[in-house]
Amino acid sequence: MRNLIAELRFTPARLLPGRAVVVAMLLGPLAGAMLALAAVAAEDATGTVTIDNFTFTPPEITVAVGTTVKWVNHDDIPHSVVNKDKVFRSKALDTDDSYSYTFASAGTFEYFCGLHPHMTGKIIVK
Amino acid sequence: MAKKDLGDRGQGLGRREVLECMVWAGTGVLWTVSGGVPHSVGLIGDALAAEPTGFTFLQMSDSHIGFDKPANPDALATLREAVGIVKAMPAKPSFIIHTGDITHLSKPAQFDNADKVFGETGVQIHYVPGEHDYIDEENGKAYLERYGKGTKGAGWYSFDDHGVHFIGLVNVVDLKGGGLGNLGAEQLAWLEADLKDRSNSTPIVVFAHIPLQVLYREWGWGTEDGTQALALLKRFGSVTILNGHIHQLAQKVEGNMTFHTALSTAFPQPAPGSAPSPGPMLVPADKLRTYLGLASITMVQGNKPLAIVDKTLAT
Repeated sequence: MRNLIAELRFTPARLLPGRAVVVAMLLGPLAGAMLALAAVAAEDATGTVTIDNFTFTPPEITVAVGTTVKWVNHDDIPHSVVNKDKVFRSKALDTDDSYSYTFASAGTFEYFCGLHPHMTGKIIVK
Repeated sequence: MAKKDLGDRGQGLGRREVLECMVWAGTGVLWTVSGGVPHSVGLIGDALAAEPTGFTFLQMSDSHIGFDKPANPDALATLREAVGIVKAMPAKPSFIIHTGDITHLSKPAQFDNADKVFGETGVQIHYVPGEHDYIDEENGKAYLERYGKGTKGAGWYSFDDHGVHFIGLVNVVDLKGGGLGNLGAEQLAWLEADLKDRSNSTPIVVFAHIPLQVLYREWGWGTEDGTQALALLKRFGSVTILNGHIHQLAQKVEGNMTFHTALSTAFPQPAPGSAPSPGPMLVPADKLRTYLGLASITMVQGNKPLAIVDKTLAT
C-alpha cells in the first residue's frame, strides 16, 4: 500500500504542465482516497522504535516527511542512536530514556547503536 | 537446559556446573611474570596458597560504577569487596590493569566513586576505556581528563615493567554501524611503530576492553580490525591478551598467544547465544558474588603453560 502511495504521489511530477489540469480533474475523486491512504500510512509508521534486548524494533520503518521518530530504550544497558551519515546522533540513553528526531527530508537513514554497533536499524522517509 | 542445570545444582555440582560457576566467578586475575613468560597463578585464593615469587599483577574489569539495576543494585559495593580482596593479599601485585567500563554512564560522580575505591588498593592502576567510559556529552573528554595523561589518541599507550612490554589499546571509539570493536588506522600505525624495535623475545601483554579476537559476532564480541593487531604481534614468543567487556571468563591459547577475558566486578552476562541478548544476567542475590571477580597474573620462569587465576567475590 505504501508503494502505491509513493507511485501515485510521484506520477504528477512526471506529467507535462498542459495535462496536469486534466489529470487533476481525473484524479479529483481519488484525492480523498489518497489522503485517507496517506493517513493510514502515517498511522502504520507510528514513529516509535523501541530498544529491547539489544535490538531496534521495528528494525525498519517508513514514515512521511516531517514525522518525528522516537527511540525508547527499555534495556538495563545504555544504548545510543547514531546515523551512519552523521545526520543525527543521540546521547547515551539510559534505561527508559528516549530520543526524538524529526525527519525534514526524504531519504533512507541507516543508524546503529554507538555503543553496540552490531545493533542497526533503518528509517525510510518518503 | 538451564533449568536442568539449576536442578542439578541442588544435588551437588558436576564438572559442568562447576565450570559454569567458574565462568562467572572472580574478582580479578593474578598474573606473575618471571623469565619472561606470563603465568597465571589461579584464582586469587589458589594464588595466595601458591605464593608466587615472580612479578605479579592483577586484572580487574567492568566495574560499571553507577549501575543499580536488578542484576546488581550496588555495583560500588561489589567493587569495594573486590578491592578488599586486593588489600588482603599478602603480597601486593605490582600494579592493576583495568580493562574498561570503569563507570556505567561516564558521569563525573561515577568516576569519582570508582577512583576513591580503587585508590584504597594503594596499587597503581593502568586503565583502558570501555564504551561506557566514553559516553559523556563530549565523547570521552571525561575519561581522557582523568586517565589520558601520557597517552596517545583515544587513550592508548605502552609501558615496560620487569622486562615485559605492556600495551593498552582502545577499541571502543569511532565504532562503525554493523561492525564490532574498532582500533582504527592511526592506532594500528602507532602499534606497529611501538613494536618495531622490540626483539621477538620480549614478553608482550596487550590489554583492551573488547576482546581483540572475535568471540561472538552476533553480540558484537570482537574487534573488527583486531586481526591486524594480532598480525603485528605474531612474531613475539610470548603474547598475552587481556580483555573485558563480556563479563565472563573465556580463555584460549593459540600458538604463542594467550587470550583471556575477565569477570566483571559488577554483574554477569550470559554465555554467547544462551540468552536473547548480552544484557545483564539476573542471578539469585546470594549467588551474585560467585559470578563476579578479579584475576591475578604471575609471570614465571620456564615453559609452563600459561594459565590465569580468577577469583570470585564469594569466599
